[in-house]
Amino acid sequence: MNGPVFDIAHMLAGGLVLVSMMMLYQDRLYALLNVFALHSLVLTLSVAWQALIQDAPHLYVTAAIALIFKAIVIPVALHRMIRQLGIHREIETVVGVGPTMLAGIGLVALSIVVMLRVTPEADPLAREDLAFALSVLLLGLLIMVTRRNAVSQVVGFMSLENGLVLAATGAKGMPLVVEISVAFSILIAFIVIGVFLFRIRERFDTVDVRALDDFRGRRRK
Amino acid sequence: MVLISALFVQAFQMALVVLLAPLLTGLIRKVKARLLRRQGPSLIQPYRDLLRLLRKEAVVAENASWLFRVAPYLIFATTWVAAAVIPTFATGLIFSWTADLIAIVALLGSARFLLALAGMDVGTSFGGIGSSREAMIATLAEPSMLLIIFTLALVAGSTQLSTIAGFMSSPEVGLRVSLAIALVALVMVAIAENARIPVDNPATHLELTMVHEAMVLEYSGRHLAMIELAASLKLLLYISLIVCIFVPWKLAAPETGPTAYLAGLVVYLTKLIVGGALLALFETSIAKMRVFRVPEFLGAALMLALLATLLRFVSRSL
Amino acid sequence: MTSLSVILSCIVMFLVTGGLGILMSRSHRATPAIYGLSLLLSAIAFVISLMHLATSFVDAPTVILPIGLPWLGAHFRLDALSAFFLLVANLGGTLASLYGLGYGRHEHAPHRVLPFFPAFIAGMNLVLLADDAFTFLISWEFMSLASWALVMSHHRDAGNRRAGYLYIVMASFGTLALLLAFGLLAGPEGAYGFAAIRAAEHAPLTAGLVLILLLLGAGSKAGLVPLHVWLPLAHPAAPSHVSALMSGVMTKIAIYGFIRVTFDLLGAPMWWWGLVVLLLGGATAALGILHALMERDLKRLLAYSTIENIGVIFVSLGLALAFKANGMGLASALALTAALFHIFNHSLFKSLLFFGAGAVLTATGERDMEKLGGLIHRMPVTSFTFLVGCVAISALPPFNGFASEWLAFQAILQSPNLPQWALTIAVPAVGGLLALSAALAAACFIKAFGITFLGRPRTPAASDVSEVDRFSLGAMGVLAGLCLLAGILPGIVIDGVASVVLSLVGDRMPVQMDIPWLSIVPIAESRSSYNGLLVFLFIAFSASATIYIVHRYASRTLRRSAAWDCGFPEGSPLTQYTAGSFAQPVRRVFGTLAMRVRERVDMPAPGDLRPATFSVEQHDLVWEGLYVPIAGAVGFAAEKLNRLQFLSIRRYLSLVFLALVFLLLVLALWS
Repeated sequence: MNGPVFDIAHMLAGGLVLVSMMMLYQDRLYALLNVFALHSLVLTLSVAWQALIQDAPHLYVTAAIALIFKAIVIPVALHRMIRQLGIHREIETVVGVGPTMLAGIGLVALSIVVMLRVTPEADPLAREDLAFALSVLLLGLLIMVTRRNAVSQVVGFMSLENGLVLAATGAKGMPLVVEISVAFSILIAFIVIGVFLFRIRERFDTVDVRALDDFRGRRRK
Repeated sequence: MVLISALFVQAFQMALVVLLAPLLTGLIRKVKARLLRRQGPSLIQPYRDLLRLLRKEAVVAENASWLFRVAPYLIFATTWVAAAVIPTFATGLIFSWTADLIAIVALLGSARFLLALAGMDVGTSFGGIGSSREAMIATLAEPSMLLIIFTLALVAGSTQLSTIAGFMSSPEVGLRVSLAIALVALVMVAIAENARIPVDNPATHLELTMVHEAMVLEYSGRHLAMIELAASLKLLLYISLIVCIFVPWKLAAPETGPTAYLAGLVVYLTKLIVGGALLALFETSIAKMRVFRVPEFLGAALMLALLATLLRFVSRSL
Repeated sequence: MTSLSVILSCIVMFLVTGGLGILMSRSHRATPAIYGLSLLLSAIAFVISLMHLATSFVDAPTVILPIGLPWLGAHFRLDALSAFFLLVANLGGTLASLYGLGYGRHEHAPHRVLPFFPAFIAGMNLVLLADDAFTFLISWEFMSLASWALVMSHHRDAGNRRAGYLYIVMASFGTLALLLAFGLLAGPEGAYGFAAIRAAEHAPLTAGLVLILLLLGAGSKAGLVPLHVWLPLAHPAAPSHVSALMSGVMTKIAIYGFIRVTFDLLGAPMWWWGLVVLLLGGATAALGILHALMERDLKRLLAYSTIENIGVIFVSLGLALAFKANGMGLASALALTAALFHIFNHSLFKSLLFFGAGAVLTATGERDMEKLGGLIHRMPVTSFTFLVGCVAISALPPFNGFASEWLAFQAILQSPNLPQWALTIAVPAVGGLLALSAALAAACFIKAFGITFLGRPRTPAASDVSEVDRFSLGAMGVLAGLCLLAGILPGIVIDGVASVVLSLVGDRMPVQMDIPWLSIVPIAESRSSYNGLLVFLFIAFSASATIYIVHRYASRTLRRSAAWDCGFPEGSPLTQYTAGSFAQPVRRVFGTLAMRVRERVDMPAPGDLRPATFSVEQHDLVWEGLYVPIAGAVGFAAEKLNRLQFLSIRRYLSLVFLALVFLLLVLALWS
């Protein structure tokens, strides 16, 4: 491939894997959210770079969505929610950090082997992007299964979705990308709300939002 | 004539690293102090400390063995030999093929082995605590270091530092994910190996979390001076290692004449200053960890190094 | 007389010496006589094998003796591979005999050791010379039984009896696996000669099956995980010089069996063989050294560390197989050289360390490190040589352990050229495991030396000791010297094994002794090189120059005073770090996963007069996950079959009858 163009794309996609690994390492909720914001930021850069080199302006829209929603709005909102709900700020992990990271490395190796075996004649750029995207996706799933806390599960799911976007943009000429990404963003918002409703119900035996008001009221007293 | 000048350059490098090492330590202390809005000791304070320690009588515990008295010199000599073969201002020094990167790491391992034994020699609980924790740190730092070396060697096709530096300054390297990850892992390992914050605190005594200082607690006088010098040298070595691999600009090629060497030297000094200042900045902005967070920190370095090696295979499939 | 017949006569003389041991066993002159004769014979065999290795590259003399099976006879052959292992075995034998001259005087029951010691050496030599499956298996079993008798020499100790029982069970199992492997190799015609096996074509399926049986058979003798459980019990149970032979040499004989079949007899390897061997080796190395680190018994620690080194050797062998299968001759030669070099090195430093442990045992009567300490003051020579062994086994320059590990790492760096994905991913991961085990080994031997020899004596047994006899010190001194020599001049060893490597993989590393300054350069100087001699000289020179300058120009006064210890020196030596406390951080980092370690601290509340307690629970997962269920199944089956003891005569007869009919049926259906 032609030098720096490829290198930067490769670097950004690999950076996404690295940030995913960083998310596995975090044990504080706020730090996890910050790293997730970084994750989305790297995704934004990656998508924007793809838009530039593929000369595909619609990808800029995807990048903007990623930047606004995932790098800014959702982390800030989650920050606020954590503060308001007073959720315990340390993440309760199911297994320790070390084994989780080891499992993460195993997943990266797996996705590399799988992708390089099934796509031997594809364009190297797309091929490696797919390998990275699959790694990000699997790491997101890993975050979801190894964390007990609902917020970190949501974060895991959204990093998974970032992997999907990476996969979609890496493959050239995908006109539906914008729609897919918007649809997914909505889906995520849905899940965020859904999970929180779940949490609320768990705590107060109701999904009625007034329960939250009551709760606040009691705390103020 | 060529041989003589080559030997001279090598001797100059050996003298240079020993003479610069305390200055680097002084620089880092100074920058840290200024960042904390303190005046800080003078830049040459480490030299004064070393000279004073050297002139004092050595007080040795009653039941210390010969090992305790020989170890400081051997630790210093081993670290010095390791530092002598790292390209600082020039590549391809005449003895640079004596030890490749694996051997350099192993030489530092020998120094650590002796230091840990010296810590246990007097038979105090502080010495034991230091040695045992140092051993734990080493069990994670050394494999990370070797995996980083694997990544570098797979990229550059060599474990010889001069060749790696030459390859890394050539245009065919480009940006590589595996190298970026390896750099992060290498910095983490270097912080742990040199007992810096957040792994260990070089400026503390009498703290239960200390590692390196606990091992050398019984040393005094000239023995302590040797150990302090070796520690400064090791820090210089790691910073030189990082800069010669990741920013190998203006390294003088062999037999290029005095101008190239001089340019290499000036650039090397600049790199050292920047590296030291960055380290000081990092250290002032972060808090020391609990001892049992260190395995997680180093475990992350190990995992990153492994990840870098794995991603190397993706990059290969071009 | 050819070199082969000289070695064969040495073996016969060994057996005679063993017989002499039975005859003289009650005489007080028996110990020097037997060990003296063994020393002489091993030294002769050593010199002959060295000469053979150095001079004749392709010459492989054979001898057929009319003993054993009448239609087969006993075939013996001396080729480069045999010569190399004979050299290792007899070097170990020579020094163990020398050590035994002194150590054997403290033996309570010499008549249980003396007859078997020469027989054991003879058995090992026989295995190495055997050139047909029958002779090989007979010699193998002879070696196992002789070593078993030595393990049982202190049979009044219940722990030793249990070790002996486990050993004989595992050894029988191993021989059974080997028997089946050779049965498959020989094929239906029963061609048991190695020459015939070598010439025959082996189907891939058969060859794969042979490899697995071989890993079971030779692996159980060598201590490959998960067949290692007997080793840390049996090796320490024997007298120390025999422990040295078992750990330093007999495990190598097992590896010889593996190399002989996979590289020589089995034909062209397949790539997955390399993968299996590689992964097994990596797991063995990491698990072995982790167990060693948790150990507080000095000899058992050494035995576990043997398992680690076996793992390192198998990793190199696996690499060599993988490279050979892909036709990468030079890389394969590099990996095989690393394996052979490490075999040689391990026989040196493991013998040295077991001799040192034996010296400590003689002087103090203790193997438990937590009762020792401070021996460096009273046993200066032993502690110095033990230190050399510790540095060497921890793979630190400038000693020999580093040279062979360095070669192994260089071989690993050749792996990206392998075409199979599984291998290219597995090799760096195993490389990481190898680096991890090297670092853990360093921690382990810091502990072994630091707790045993440094600090203050923890018990009276350790404070009232004196240096051991001259023979023992001589043997340890020679080994320490060899460790240094092989470390600073690795080129000699690499060139020495070149003929072996050439005969097995058809390629060899470049000649090392012609390289200026005596460096070692596996492929090209720009890729990698290492010069042990210069490293050693540089360290020695700069250390002595520093000492001279500091003492000449700075200060040379020295004052002895109480230990500082942060101002609160504690009198009791029991406040020192112990073996258990030294290992605690590592146990916490790795043990929770690998051994399910649980630590419990019971700290009574202030005012409560109960003592505080601390307990550690640690599991051997291999033992509990594999051996306990198997033992349970065997017990269950035996319980069920027990009923067969109480049948009537008629039923027994009907059983025999049914079996006969069944066999006839099988015969009828088969053909």
